[in-house]
Amino acid sequence: MNETVREALRRIGLATFVSAVLGFFALPLLWLAFAPFDANPGITASLPEFTLHNFKVLMDNPYALASLRNSVLLAAGTAALVVACAALAAYALSRVRIPGRDVLLYLLLLLSSIITGTAAMVPVFLLAFNLHLIDSRAGVVLVLTGGLLPAAIFLLKDFTDGTPVSYEEAARVFGASPLQILRHVVAPVIRPGLATVAVWTVAQVWGDFLMPFLLLRNPDKAPASVIMYTFYTEGGQPDLALISTFSLLYSLPVVVMYLFVSRRYGFRFHGGIKR
Amino acid sequence: MSAITLRALTKVYPGGVRALDALDLDVADGEFFALLGPSGCGKTTLLRTVAGLETATGGTIRLGDADVTRLPPGRRDVGMVFQDYALFPHMTVLDNIAYPLRIKKEGRARRHGAAAEAAEYLSLAGLEQRRPGELSGGQQQRVALARALVAHPRIFLLDEPLSNLDARLRLEARTFLKRLQRELGVTTVFVTHDQAEALALADRIAVMEAGRIRQLGTPVEVFRRPANLFVASFIGSTPMNLLPGRVCGGSVAVAGAVLPVPAEERGSVEDGESVVCGVRPEYLDFSDVPADGAFGGRVSVVEHLGASSLVTLDVGDDRVSVVVGEDREPRPGDEGWAVPRPGRVLLYRDGELITGAAEAAEAGEATEAGEAAAGRPVEPVAGDGGAE
Repeated sequence: MNETVREALRRIGLATFVSAVLGFFALPLLWLAFAPFDANPGITASLPEFTLHNFKVLMDNPYALASLRNSVLLAAGTAALVVACAALAAYALSRVRIPGRDVLLYLLLLLSSIITGTAAMVPVFLLAFNLHLIDSRAGVVLVLTGGLLPAAIFLLKDFTDGTPVSYEEAARVFGASPLQILRHVVAPVIRPGLATVAVWTVAQVWGDFLMPFLLLRNPDKAPASVIMYTFYTEGGQPDLALISTFSLLYSLPVVVMYLFVSRRYGFRFHGGIKR
Repeated sequence: MSAITLRALTKVYPGGVRALDALDLDVADGEFFALLGPSGCGKTTLLRTVAGLETATGGTIRLGDADVTRLPPGRRDVGMVFQDYALFPHMTVLDNIAYPLRIKKEGRARRHGAAAEAAEYLSLAGLEQRRPGELSGGQQQRVALARALVAHPRIFLLDEPLSNLDARLRLEARTFLKRLQRELGVTTVFVTHDQAEALALADRIAVMEAGRIRQLGTPVEVFRRPANLFVASFIGSTPMNLLPGRVCGGSVAVAGAVLPVPAEERGSVEDGESVVCGVRPEYLDFSDVPADGAFGGRVSVVEHLGASSLVTLDVGDDRVSVVVGEDREPRPGDEGWAVPRPGRVLLYRDGELITGAAEAAEAGEATEAGEAAAGRPVEPVAGDGGAE
């Protein structure tokens, strides 16, 4: 008798806990799904009074769509640069024996979070200023690439380490040059890794606020993450209609990208276990 | 197609491991040559150094007339099949086979034509559009062979070509490989740790140990007259009987038996000398009645090998194995005698085969002069005999 009561209490407790945790995650998503279609969006999730008026207002905003395009430019540029550099570096690092290679890699990984973080805000700004990279998208791309590269190399090195050396040796015997080997053999073999790194980079850049906010002066060049910060009404209140609608548009591309890449490359947790 | 000439080839790995130790070797044009030895003996290093995947620390490698010691692998004009085949998993069979031609910048039509031809030749027709992952082990091996062949290399290197196949397929692939090599007539060197494979496939075998060649010869020579105890114990699917003995008069006292010293070696041994007497289980005849010069003892183990059985006799403190034909197997516990066939008993002193002048001359004819330096102990007289 006592046992069953305790068991029932245990189950109720667990269910309550799980519901509470789920609620924490579900409520913002519900808000994101409903608020853009609500005539009077608030900060609570509620069934909307259906309207598409918010989207019309958003289209009329001079910066909204342009900022999404800017985000795409920054993300694509950074992703291309990160994937290319990380592939070269990871291949080299996994094939060449350098003393202290792993220490170097861990150190870079540790320091990389500082580059794109608040701690290095001032030096990064000064560096960009002296290099005349203020208010330039290339500058943002370069800084972000620098910050993301170590982690990308770390991720990719696991893939290059897992590629049998005999593939490359076979190509070498037939006369392929190192770059040909990378292009013809290594890159295709580690393609799931390259896709993982590309998606991860895009997601990182898409969500990054600090660096573009710091380095881009002209609102015409600002990406979506920065523009959202400007959506206030004349009275200084957050414009919830605009923010919610824009948030939906802002999150959709990343979700779509995940779905696409996952379908295309069969996303799994690569790295820990060799297939 | 060309001969391979290695002179004083040395490979020392960083850390001081001497994988190849001043090795001399000649492989004739069109020969099917085996590098045989236990793991870590340097055979794979030798193959990889010839391919150019390892750089020699010293010595020279010549393919035909060209010194290729310092050339990168791609410019040596060799075809190689790797142990794991190393087929590119993202390419179709046809693209895999055509890859060497792609590097040589042949047009798509030409290289696909040549690849299709090679695939046809290796009975891979119909599989051209598959990926390596969709092929059986034997088919993968043939794709790897086709890829190595398609550019018509001067020499052909195979690293453990049969080790990744299951036992049944291995025999089939062995026959296939031998026929292929004969038809193409291309100089082929392959590495194996399986002595049966080397004996079956090769025209000549180099048995290696610790970066040196311990014996070089035809399969028959290596099997019948191992030049030293290392080769004697390595070659043969049933291990050779190696028994300590002592020379006494014109005969050797060994494991309770008295065997005559072979006539041609009589001059080379002294009275009272310690020798090791080697005789293969296949060269012993089992008898259930006592015989002269036979090892007598009690049967302890009978192992069935199919058409024959391996019978182990306890002879004093020694064990003597003898191969017995079917339906003649004794039972464990029976008394038995093992009679060596004439001329099949070998004597070893300090680990090396004792050869009389006549024997050495015969051996010298079949092999080349260069190999005396490569580890085969041949007495000066024998060297003269070989040069004639």
